[in-house]
Amino acid sequence: MDVLELARLQFATTTILHFVYVPISIGLSLLVAIMETMYVIKKNDLYKKMAQFWGTFLLINFAVGVVTGILQEFQFGMNWSDFSRFVGDVFGTPLAIEALLAFFLESTFIGLWVFGWERLSKAVHLTCMWLVSIGTMLSALWILSANSFMQRPVGYEIHNGRAEMKDFFALLTNEQLLWEFPHTLFAAIATGAFLVAGISAWKLMHKKNLDFFKPSFKVSIIVALISSMLIPMFGHGQAQYLVETQPMKMAASEALWENSGDPAPWTVVAWIDPEKKENSFEFKLPYLLSLLSYNKLSGAVLGMNELQAQYEKAYGPGNYIPPVRTTFWSFRIMIATGCAMIVLALYGAYLTFRKKLEGSHRWFFRLMMLGISLPFIGNTAGWIMTEVGRQPWTVFGLLQTKDSVSPTVVAGEVLFSLISFTALYLILTGVLAFLFVRTARKGPDIESHQETVIHDPFAQGGDTIVFK
Amino acid sequence: MSLNDLWFLLIAVLFTGFFFLEGFDFGVGMATGLVPRNDQQKRLMINTIGPFWDANEVWLITAAGAMFAAFPHWYATMFSGYYLVFVLILLGLILRGVSFEFRGKAEGKWWTGTWDACILLGSFLPPMLFGMAFAALVKGVPIQQNMDLKAGFSDVFNGYTVWIGLTVVGMCLMHGLTFISLRTIGEVRDRARVIASKFLPILGVLLAGMVVWTYVATDFFVRRGPYMYAAVAVGIIAYVLAWYFLKQRREGWAFGMTGAIILLTFVSLFVGLFPRFMVSSINSAFDLTIYNASSSHYTLKAMTIVAATLLPFVLAYQAWSYFVFHKRLSEKDHLEY
Repeated sequence: MDVLELARLQFATTTILHFVYVPISIGLSLLVAIMETMYVIKKNDLYKKMAQFWGTFLLINFAVGVVTGILQEFQFGMNWSDFSRFVGDVFGTPLAIEALLAFFLESTFIGLWVFGWERLSKAVHLTCMWLVSIGTMLSALWILSANSFMQRPVGYEIHNGRAEMKDFFALLTNEQLLWEFPHTLFAAIATGAFLVAGISAWKLMHKKNLDFFKPSFKVSIIVALISSMLIPMFGHGQAQYLVETQPMKMAASEALWENSGDPAPWTVVAWIDPEKKENSFEFKLPYLLSLLSYNKLSGAVLGMNELQAQYEKAYGPGNYIPPVRTTFWSFRIMIATGCAMIVLALYGAYLTFRKKLEGSHRWFFRLMMLGISLPFIGNTAGWIMTEVGRQPWTVFGLLQTKDSVSPTVVAGEVLFSLISFTALYLILTGVLAFLFVRTARKGPDIESHQETVIHDPFAQGGDTIVFK
Repeated sequence: MSLNDLWFLLIAVLFTGFFFLEGFDFGVGMATGLVPRNDQQKRLMINTIGPFWDANEVWLITAAGAMFAAFPHWYATMFSGYYLVFVLILLGLILRGVSFEFRGKAEGKWWTGTWDACILLGSFLPPMLFGMAFAALVKGVPIQQNMDLKAGFSDVFNGYTVWIGLTVVGMCLMHGLTFISLRTIGEVRDRARVIASKFLPILGVLLAGMVVWTYVATDFFVRRGPYMYAAVAVGIIAYVLAWYFLKQRREGWAFGMTGAIILLTFVSLFVGLFPRFMVSSINSAFDLTIYNASSSHYTLKAMTIVAATLLPFVLAYQAWSYFVFHKRLSEKDHLEY
């Protein structure tokens, strides 16, 4: 493999694994903030225990999320220096703001939250967790505004051989971002919610700490229900927007070689042959693609062959068709997991509110446990669709992937970093899973912490006074 | 002052702040191999930096983000040119960050031992390698006309860079030791102070070597003579005072002095470099400077407005977090890690 392929593989691996931890942090910090809010309002220690117990998962995960994020930031310069030179003027700004606005907020206030239970008032301590939660969301907002620029470049001009920023607010009002951010955010919130619901279901199945895990299940299933209903709403908007701005990605995710005709049917499954540019087998539902694309029962969608001809005219000769099979199937996997999440959340909420949870059969609890994996599969598939579907571009219409890679880096170096980071990430994921299971198995700490002795270096007496 | 100057200054502040703050928690990490007599004492030490290390590391992330945004060519040249150095730095930072969190979450000799080793390695590698990388860019690396850099092994790994790397490690260790003695009571506090006093002469040799070697190997003293001599003079005073305050058991002041040594070193680095970021060993016309590496005026302006709005809040709540946790810890306290 050459530098380009290795660098792409490294980016894919590290990004996918990083995006295992990030949604957990976003989702769990919101849930913990909700639980602690209930503690402050209802003054019931149960909710404090809940915030602390689920907070442990958050902290284990947070550490991994933070450290794997550093690599993401450095990787652009290390493996993709020509990309960094070309878009740095535009792309660097959201990254810098992400650090300044979001990372400082998260990292400072998570420290205050962990070590501050006995040193801060209840309200201040609660505010810390909300600031952490807001920080994780702001971080997503800024990183997605950078990503949205890659999907649909706005607010720039080409000058001195690079994209220079002309309108900062255009980056923030990029319509791509307005769909992509809420879609991703609610997927992340659902990830945390299904994690808590799944672990709670496991404990309920074994009839452990029912008084603790029933309310945990309740809180998380409400959040899971709301978020999993909102995901497809924004996803639908994003898909319609795709038809306008990146028709090739839309065509590839439908395996649509020729123009669809009007009205356009939706392909449920297809056997795709990218060599011959045709599908050997398709199963279609009439009207549905028109409905998905335009919210009405008519309207044609352009096919890849037509678009390829258009792109060659606009950008010169070359292959502008992304890997079709990957795009097509990741889209369908994403949709399938999304539907399964809604069904599970609906049924879970029904059981909770009908107070039938306790009498529930083991099969439901088992399904909820399996349900933990659904958001991860959906998140990964969604990102693969969005990033692979954009190929051969890194910045759509402006810069191709092959022109983005670092010219000075050699294959051996990238191979070394690919192997070491992949190995390390897999180990960390294993350790994280081990600690999650261990923490869940141990269950909540029902005894309260003993009061701590605080030594004040500024106090007179016992200790030496430091500043004189 | 132009916006290019301002952003050079801001990035210099971010890197200097990073080494001042993360400097002591790197030091505490390394000192876990020297100071504690038992596991409880080791936990106590890790807890002294518990609420801070994560935010301290964000100074580095922000510095890199600001490089990307304000001087994308510097960011691109440096990170791709020092490829393996940054791979190792990142591996160190990743291992270290998770170790603090993982260490206390399960038991067993093997478990704790593994993460302890990661803390040691992860606290040593980044300051060592950053020291080497900065030393190399000061001395000059083969940057070509198109700004591309392919740093060879000897460009990054030579006598001068290794010496500087070790000096940065020494400064961090010293800074960490004074921090531990400031933040604890009991045996750990005394041991940290005693070890700091014993380590001080070694640091003195490292620092003296750094000054002399920098005089010989770089153009810093030619370009910024008056500043450099003044910095050396103030540095000597800070060093002597560090020794004095350690002896007097005034740990707060000793910590201030070890911090001052770090500040002087990194401020001098950026004063000596200005207006350059990286010195080309091929031709000084190929140096990366605040002019040829920068973003457009519009971007710098937008970034300035954002930074001016946000920075006061960031600094305020970080300062507040240090205030909240200003009390000394003892082995009898509830320890999180």
